[in-house]
Amino acid sequence: MNANVSIQSYGLVAEFDTPGDAMRAASSIRDAGFRKWDVHTPFPVHGLDAAMGIKNSPVGWFTFFGGCTGYTTGMLMIWFMNGFDYKIVVGGKPLFSPFYAFPVCYELTILFAAFATLIGMCFLNRLPRLYHPLLKNRRFAAVTHDKFFVVIETADPKYSPVETRKLLETAGSRHIELIEE
Amino acid sequence: MSAVLEKLLATTGTTPKELEREPLVLNQRSLGWISDRIAGVCENALPKWWWPAFLISFTVMSMMFICIAYLISTGVGVWGLNNPVGWAWDITNFVFWIGIGHAGTLISAVLFLLRQKWRTSINRSAEAMTLFAVACAGIFPMIHVGRIWLAWWLFPLPNANSIWPQFRSPLLWDVFAVSTYGTVSLLFWYTGLVPDLATMRDRAKTKIRKFLYGLGALGWTGSNRHWSNYEKAYLLLAGLSTPLVLSVHSIVSFDFAVSQVPGWHTTIFPPYFVAGAIFSGFGMVLTLMIPLRTLCKLEEIITVRHVELMGKVILATGSIVGYAYGMEFFIAWYGGNPYELAAFKNRAFGPYWWSYWIMVTCNVVTPHLFWFKKIRENMVIVFIISIFVNIGMWFERFVIIVTSLHRDYLPSSWGYFSPTWVDICTFIGSFGLFCTLFLLFIRFLPAIAISEVKGVTPQADPHHKLGGAKGGAHH
Repeated sequence: MNANVSIQSYGLVAEFDTPGDAMRAASSIRDAGFRKWDVHTPFPVHGLDAAMGIKNSPVGWFTFFGGCTGYTTGMLMIWFMNGFDYKIVVGGKPLFSPFYAFPVCYELTILFAAFATLIGMCFLNRLPRLYHPLLKNRRFAAVTHDKFFVVIETADPKYSPVETRKLLETAGSRHIELIEE
Repeated sequence: MSAVLEKLLATTGTTPKELEREPLVLNQRSLGWISDRIAGVCENALPKWWWPAFLISFTVMSMMFICIAYLISTGVGVWGLNNPVGWAWDITNFVFWIGIGHAGTLISAVLFLLRQKWRTSINRSAEAMTLFAVACAGIFPMIHVGRIWLAWWLFPLPNANSIWPQFRSPLLWDVFAVSTYGTVSLLFWYTGLVPDLATMRDRAKTKIRKFLYGLGALGWTGSNRHWSNYEKAYLLLAGLSTPLVLSVHSIVSFDFAVSQVPGWHTTIFPPYFVAGAIFSGFGMVLTLMIPLRTLCKLEEIITVRHVELMGKVILATGSIVGYAYGMEFFIAWYGGNPYELAAFKNRAFGPYWWSYWIMVTCNVVTPHLFWFKKIRENMVIVFIISIFVNIGMWFERFVIIVTSLHRDYLPSSWGYFSPTWVDICTFIGSFGLFCTLFLLFIRFLPAIAISEVKGVTPQADPHHKLGGAKGGAHH
């Protein structure tokens, strides 16, 4: 591998016109054994996760633990406020009961789970990100419009300036560009 | 190929032609056209109607804030409240607005879980409608507390008296339900906006637009590794919003149902309130969408079919509401409680008979016009019916609240509520706030979910010939 190239450049970007073309390219790159690569699309393409070999997203764990935290927080808060710290008898009802506390805990479960989901998604995606080499490229701006891009990073152990370019050409891309870091 | 098709092929030598789904975007528009058209609403020169509409809305909104200032500086006596009618237009408006919000969440979450792809054209603006309706709703309980500077006692914050809120009260459950609803709706709406803000960022012509949209887009690059987590998060948020939306109006109904007042103390309230909320919300969605699609030239994305389908939802939920009205009366009679029966007789034939029959006309009779396809497809008639739904649902809440309160247990304390000009102007002003926020929204944010609409076109399907499938067949 050429040391100069790997320092200055981010990766090879190949442009495709349809999701079908990008998906076939993705399957061939997956089968070639690349690791640091991605497909960028204007909308989620059905079946692309399988074509890329991406496993099921773990966001659900964040949601689950967020929800559990919300429910527990609610129960503890209400017990502390109405049953422990300042006891007020209302209508002869018990000072604390999980039944009257339930509606509030139900809402807090959802509130905390929703925050955890969004934060978890951002964490897993390493977002927000203020700078990305791809976003400097003028042609890449069409990724949010109507074009599909396959990106293979130069940091990938399998990357080779000639072979990788050839692989993307074989996959049917008519525009391949080396993007700087 | 399925077994049935193989058998057909073996016996007749041919297979039937595959039926194409009716497209959700008309005229086979390209992916690029979709972002150009939707983003164009925010990018092109302001249409002529925008400033007049904004100025009128803004003036009406200002009227509300003037009324609120007058209310706070003088006291709740400026409203028509009396003893026994301690809740009237304030809580009616609150329940009315919070109900409107429910259609937005239903469209964005429930229809998403049910894989109703037509939702993509309307979910963004319906969610925005939810947020603005919740904002309008939130004002009324805040200002009805009398000493508004103590409204923060509703929240579990330490105060100088070291007393905490009392969680056995459904009114406090409501505080949590509504604030959670507003917050989660905002998170859901924003999550949906991220890819579209990236579209706006990449199209931006000026530095400041690029910076601001870019800030909201969080550095989105459309990476499929990101989409994978994003889609899962979106699904989970939809899954969380569904029980949330059902609980919010259930808890709003607990404000009444958990009390002992005849006419309020009924077990049917939670499902009846939820159905009514969705009914009223779809009414408001149609009231907004029909002008929006024409004025912003979005007829090819928000099609007649979309309006027609929403008409069907109104018909279904309107029928549930009609059933609930009937069932309330049945139980009032069958339950054998003379006070309950008296309350309901009074509701239909007492001093407020006119409001009850306005409600029945608007909510029970008009939605049944939607049995006819010709009517569901006529934009003018649908628009008029949607206004009727809005009026009817406001009166429903008025009927429930005021007719139940105005005749208390003691005939000596019976009364009658009439609104003052402050009541009326505050309510009308809340429409000003709603319209102002909505007009700003359609000017600065994509009013339709660009990436989601692209996703439901045939050219987005990698297994469709327009999406680049080899051989052009589904698999």
